Amino acid sequence: MAVAIAVENLSKKYIISHQPRERYTALRDVLTNGAKRFAKKLAHPFARPEDDATQETFWALKDINFHIQQGDRVGIIGRNGAGKSTLLKILSRITAPTSGRIKIRGRVSSLLEVGTGFHPELTGRENIYLNGAILGMGNAEIVRKFDEIVAFAEVEQFLDTPVKRYSSGMYVRLAFAVAAHLEPEILIVDEVLAVGDAQFQKKCLGKMEDVGREGRTVLFVSHNMGVISQLCPTCVWLEKGRIRDIGQTESVVNAYMLNGVASLNGEMAFPDDLKKAAQLKNISLLDRNGNVAQKFDCDNPIHIKFEIEIRKQLPGLYGYLAIFKPDGTHVLESDSFDAMTVNPLDNLPIGINTFKVTMPPRILGHGEYVIYFSMACPSADNFNVDVPGIVCGFTLDDFSSKRGNQRLGFFSTLLVWSKPER
Amino acid sequence: MQTDELIIEADSTERHYWKDLWRYRELFYFLAWRDVLVRYKQTAIGIAWALIRPLLITVAFVFVFGKLAKLPSDGVPYPILVFAALLPWQFFANAFAEAGNSLIANANMISKVYFPRLVVPASAVIVCLVDVLISGVLLIGLMLWYGMVPDWRIVTLPLFLAHAVVAAMGTGLWIAALNVQYRDFRYIIPFVVQFGLYVSPVGFSSAIVPDQWRLLYSLNPMVGVIDGFRWAILGGENHLYWPGMALSLALVLVIAITGVWYFRKMEKSFADVI
Repeated sequence: MAVAIAVENLSKKYIISHQPRERYTALRDVLTNGAKRFAKKLAHPFARPEDDATQETFWALKDINFHIQQGDRVGIIGRNGAGKSTLLKILSRITAPTSGRIKIRGRVSSLLEVGTGFHPELTGRENIYLNGAILGMGNAEIVRKFDEIVAFAEVEQFLDTPVKRYSSGMYVRLAFAVAAHLEPEILIVDEVLAVGDAQFQKKCLGKMEDVGREGRTVLFVSHNMGVISQLCPTCVWLEKGRIRDIGQTESVVNAYMLNGVASLNGEMAFPDDLKKAAQLKNISLLDRNGNVAQKFDCDNPIHIKFEIEIRKQLPGLYGYLAIFKPDGTHVLESDSFDAMTVNPLDNLPIGINTFKVTMPPRILGHGEYVIYFSMACPSADNFNVDVPGIVCGFTLDDFSSKRGNQRLGFFSTLLVWSKPER
Repeated sequence: MQTDELIIEADSTERHYWKDLWRYRELFYFLAWRDVLVRYKQTAIGIAWALIRPLLITVAFVFVFGKLAKLPSDGVPYPILVFAALLPWQFFANAFAEAGNSLIANANMISKVYFPRLVVPASAVIVCLVDVLISGVLLIGLMLWYGMVPDWRIVTLPLFLAHAVVAAMGTGLWIAALNVQYRDFRYIIPFVVQFGLYVSPVGFSSAIVPDQWRLLYSLNPMVGVIDGFRWAILGGENHLYWPGMALSLALVLVIAITGVWYFRKMEKSFADVI
């Protein structure tokens, strides 16, 4: 396999100026600052030029190295500001690197935003042509794919309506449809699937998977670990402009999630993966009122609600749940055999099944935790039926006991203190 | 599909530039087409705007310079003298303004998609040619009305039009690139357009400028362009002032070449600062 993208020692520096509140430089500021500096120089001709306090350099990317093979699908994860978008912008030649070198083999198309260049006054038809040209399609190519694009976007009746009259859903569908029909050898996609309704998202994901299956290289940025896990076998984790980890998606994503509960929600949904005989579709943490929450207190139970889709009856299927501290300390382990009487996941009917796991109050101490979940079945073709890994995070506060959040140790269990009977 | 290898380095994103510019020619057509469509889409009288504006200015100038100031008209009807100059001037003013603002107007595209940025101001200039063509029809109508038939010189008109295009492109590129960095330049655009109308020989013939000042007057590159248009369209006794023409051509070329150079130099940082 040939290397599609080789990135060597890539760095990108931005200069942030603190003083001007405006987004852009005004000539007047440049002139007045220049004049000030000149006046200072006249007053103190031998003073060393001082550092400009209003400016600060910021390395959005620093010494990035990686190789991507042809046909690989690679996810890029990281917090906001980790440099993901900058990396994509450099790869798609929108901005130039400060130093380093990238070698790319093949035609690149990048989709950093859905609907770039769409003009509200123009009709759907006109925008398809315009957007196609902007994304680098030739006229002949657009003509050839026109019907396919329209069918994918489901906007047949509105083709000759200006897109300003479109609903936001229609707008996004049309925009994505154009982009989805690009035929590059390398496709670079920023978080664009976060838009549109769930059904259309599913369609987009399917399209992206097709692109990957056709042997094209895909680079994909997302905050949705479920989507990343499904779409990309390999994953790059960026942190503060550097590569923190790179490798198999499962391990990278788990390490990333463990790294910060802040990046986790009290809820997570997963796109369909029809290869799995049983799949976790949705997990949510509920407070005692049944609302999805991420912050809990020690005095109330935490309900973990699972929605599991069964596609094939699996005798002996069981669920496994573990709770970790963000540093990786394994705090608690439980599986569906804990139900004692009968394993509730055993031999479920096909369809969506809902479960609840309840953690009684006053068990864990205050702090941050993450939840790991997986399902296994000894009788299935694949023992590990579904391994979503770390799916949720929550924080616990101890409000009621005297020591409260000062309490040390792993547990918040209140021991029984009593006076001996006389 | 051929596999072309691309190397991105700090200073050499340039190698494929001109080839890329050619590859993105369709984007260039589409942007121009979009701007033409959008310009007239929500207007009640649409294309007629391209006729009404120059017509009204012509009426005003004929009244002020021809009737009130009684300036000479080189033996042609005053409206035609004015209109023949207004054609290149309006083109220049529009193209310069559109090109100068084009990058800012397309900021979103520039920060999200790669393409040679030269496409944007270039297509803005081309769009303004459409207006020239429409106004040109009006000029033909006026000339028919006055019973004027252009002589052989009319075939040189495309050369002078090219001269105007290069002038608008060069100045437009400078302003567009500067405008991204320093937004002050958007205030310069209307000023240049307004001021230029007075210092260019639009409402009067440049023959009224005393001979010893003629070369100095030609430092305004639009003087050469406008004189050229008049020479080609009006024919007859209209003489071309060659030193001024040469000076204008040289200036325009220098502005255009440095404009492209400066634009290319700044282009890499457009997405970062826009």
